[in-house]
Amino acid sequence: MALITYRKALNEALAEEIIRDENVVIIGEEVARYNGAYKVTEGLWERFGDKRVVDAPISEAGFIGMGIGASMLGVRPVLELMFWSFAYVAWDQIINNAGQVRYMSGGLINCPIVIRGPANGGTNVGATHSHTPENAIANTPGLKVVCPATAYDAKGLMKAAIRDNDPVCVMENTFLYGETWEVPEEEYVIPLGVADIKREGTDISLIAHGRAVITALKAAEILEAEYNIHAEVLDLRSIRPLDEEAILATVRKTHRVVLVDENKPFCGVSAQIAATIQEKAFDDLDAPVQRVCSLDAPAIYSPALEPLQLPTPDRVVKKALDIC
Amino acid sequence: MSVKKKDSAPAPVDYARAEVNAKLTAKQKIRFLAEMLRIRRFEQTALKYYNQGKMGGFLHLYIGQEAVAVGTVLLMGKNDHVITAYRDHGHALAVGMSMNECMAELLGKATGCSRGKGGSMHFFAPDKNYWGGHGIVAGQTPLGLGLAYGLKYKGLKGCCLCYMGDGAVNQGVYHESLNLAALWKLPVIYIIENNQYSMGTSLERSSAMRSRLAERADGYGIAWDIADGEDLYEVRAKTWNAMQRAYEDSLPMVLEIDTYRYYGHSVADANAKKYRSADEIERYKTNHDPIRLWRKRLIDEGVITDAKADELDESIKEEAAAAAQFALDSEDPAPETIFQDVYWEVDNATEAGQTGRHFFGD
Repeated sequence: MALITYRKALNEALAEEIIRDENVVIIGEEVARYNGAYKVTEGLWERFGDKRVVDAPISEAGFIGMGIGASMLGVRPVLELMFWSFAYVAWDQIINNAGQVRYMSGGLINCPIVIRGPANGGTNVGATHSHTPENAIANTPGLKVVCPATAYDAKGLMKAAIRDNDPVCVMENTFLYGETWEVPEEEYVIPLGVADIKREGTDISLIAHGRAVITALKAAEILEAEYNIHAEVLDLRSIRPLDEEAILATVRKTHRVVLVDENKPFCGVSAQIAATIQEKAFDDLDAPVQRVCSLDAPAIYSPALEPLQLPTPDRVVKKALDIC
Repeated sequence: MSVKKKDSAPAPVDYARAEVNAKLTAKQKIRFLAEMLRIRRFEQTALKYYNQGKMGGFLHLYIGQEAVAVGTVLLMGKNDHVITAYRDHGHALAVGMSMNECMAELLGKATGCSRGKGGSMHFFAPDKNYWGGHGIVAGQTPLGLGLAYGLKYKGLKGCCLCYMGDGAVNQGVYHESLNLAALWKLPVIYIIENNQYSMGTSLERSSAMRSRLAERADGYGIAWDIADGEDLYEVRAKTWNAMQRAYEDSLPMVLEIDTYRYYGHSVADANAKKYRSADEIERYKTNHDPIRLWRKRLIDEGVITDAKADELDESIKEEAAAAAQFALDSEDPAPETIFQDVYWEVDNATEAGQTGRHFFGD
């Protein structure tokens, strides 16, 4: 297996799907000639040309709405947001049009689009550029949302998202773009709604999505090395649809849970997971469900302070020790 | 194009002689009358049941504007598409949706065009190239652009007629759409149905302009035109020109059609008579009613007689009454349908629709 970056894995997924389906078109700001603000689409315009890779002006509501309309005629647009934080100017298009058009038409219409881009804090760009709206997207029936944590997952989930006949939001992470993982040469697709155990363990479950999975894995190493606590790390991968069975299975195995979530705590993804666990696995718990989220204030700029605001391995370890 | 100046107004043009109108048969002209009457009688019937409390939500009536939908929609060919805002009954009926499915939707019944899930503002008929029915002002303007994009992407010669009210011109997404339409040469025709009021705020109090709303297209290098919405011939002629431009050169256009609504923004609009005078409404009903004017024109042309026109009207009133009965007699949607039509993959029981949990809370 080749060791490739998360960025390259996404790039391969996009290229493979462009080749596989003539209706797939990539549209976004700087995706073509500039090769992508984060170089996810690097080389695609050169390979596939103007029709398949399209530079859009800075009009997120305009080009996302346009993508939704085009999808109604069978085009399958993959729409890049330079940051998911910019989705808010297109919120009406994403929530009301992509999210509701199937329902309001009584099932006559479907909207096979992908909206993708990075959604993370921690890069010292201030509160306007640091949002993680997967919880808000998941709160909208009609939309789907996935948050890959590794290059392998990024490629497989992106391909599933493009082939899906419903609108899928893919939330990537700028910290992960340059990280490498093993990715097979042969084609594979990872279905939405299937979680993945990233590390087996018996004493406590760390449940996370996106980059928080990496944080949880680091915490698990510390717990093992310094405290002889064997933590299991469950990567949700997909938020909606959600692999509830995998969540309940790990809880039933370890009886202790720390949820690691780069969302803010109030109505974050972890709040939903906690509700599910207490509802369906209450008797399996030996301790209250704990959460490590981003600190509940707007993302701070200060390079000295911002790393403290996101979940850190130390915070996860501390929470784990509280209940072990 | 240049702005029309009052002191150099050209002599009135007889749009009946326009290419698209000159060869119309008597049968076609009578059909236009019938289609306008279908909209009016449908809505008058709907209003009756709305006032009886048989419907929920809002009811935005199109009455007074019928010549716009009929004059434009009936020009559509197989690769032409239509999308509109929440005042959508007229366009829906004009594309050929049945009064039954539309009335049943208003009553929230299982037999409604959207299975009772959309209501008045959200009628859809993709099989007739009718893509809604959209509730948020100007929210449909980039979707219309996307339909045009889809046509161009697939190499089809057609256009999208994207309707909007005069209030929608002040939403940012409309301007983003105009920019993209011009930039990428997309065959979308934005039809501003200017009924002079964005809800209760008059044109003068809501929109800055030099002379016309459509003129804002100049800023994007997009051609624009205006049409008198009480003259079906003019509406057809102007729209046809815009459509030819879209077909031949894949270019967008903005067409502003002057019209008037007799009822409030919606029926629930309690201030309907406060922001404009009863005299104004009466003046439009008496002198500018598109149906009355078209009927008179057809009688003058010898295409129809008074008696035949009355007979046609009666049959349409019966169609509307029958639709109301159909809707009243229809079943409410079953509770289990609440979770249908959310995800295509779930509805079609695909593998993707069965991995993971899609719905929560029980």
